[in-house]
Amino acid sequence: MILTFFWIFGVIAMGSALLCITRKNPVASALWLVVTLFALAAMFVLLDAQFLAVLQVLVYAGAIMVLFLFVIMLLNLGRPGPSDIKGPVGLLIAVVLAGALLLQLRPLSDAKLPEAVRLPPGTVAALQQQQGMVGSVAGPLFEAYLVPFEIASVLLLAAIVGAVVLAKRKL
Amino acid sequence: MLLSPALAISAVLFTLGVAGVLFRRNAIVIFMCVELMLNAVNLTFVALAQELGVGGQVFVFFVMAVAAAEAAVGLAIILAVYRHKHSVSLQNMNLLKDG
Repeated sequence: MILTFFWIFGVIAMGSALLCITRKNPVASALWLVVTLFALAAMFVLLDAQFLAVLQVLVYAGAIMVLFLFVIMLLNLGRPGPSDIKGPVGLLIAVVLAGALLLQLRPLSDAKLPEAVRLPPGTVAALQQQQGMVGSVAGPLFEAYLVPFEIASVLLLAAIVGAVVLAKRKL
Repeated sequence: MLLSPALAISAVLFTLGVAGVLFRRNAIVIFMCVELMLNAVNLTFVALAQELGVGGQVFVFFVMAVAAAEAAVGLAIILAVYRHKHSVSLQNMNLLKDG
């Protein structure tokens, strides 16, 4: 049952990703990408990552994609114009390269994890029952990964300052 | 149980992102394709977190933080380039090309 739902959302994600990269209009591309992100959020729920699914909807579909749409509207790129998709040669090269990449990535899904590193099934779900959805992720975030967390805050500050410097005409 | 389909779907999504970067010329669409690749990697992290422990989910946080920073800076760069060139097509950005 879960597997069926997982494949349904997976097919939705893959189909809308394909539509996202082939639509001529950037606004249509952005909206299809939002569909992909929502399907991915549903897949996160099925993979026992409910909190990340909420974040995916709030941060990705909510904030980042709104930023993209805002810039598309600001630059007035939504109007019909010449297609930005490359000609037949460029398209052929892109498809061949992407196909080669897929041939290399696809066998990874058949690989088996060694039993020594693998947790017994249901360990993560049990941990979430015990500590709560947020707590089970917040624990390692503020203990084992505290230094990367602080560095991420510096990165975000640098991004904010950089965005202001780049986007402002005159400081 | 869901690991193998998740990795397969993630591989397809990543490939679609790469294909989009390769055959589009609009800088904003290429940027969205990069986001698609980041999301494919997130799916891999979450799928493996189910088998290997919750640390993988923490990494998705960092990927999201970096993606947010990247989107803010990248879109500011696109705005600055648009102000200069009046276009977001990568065809017109050939300053380093010979001639």
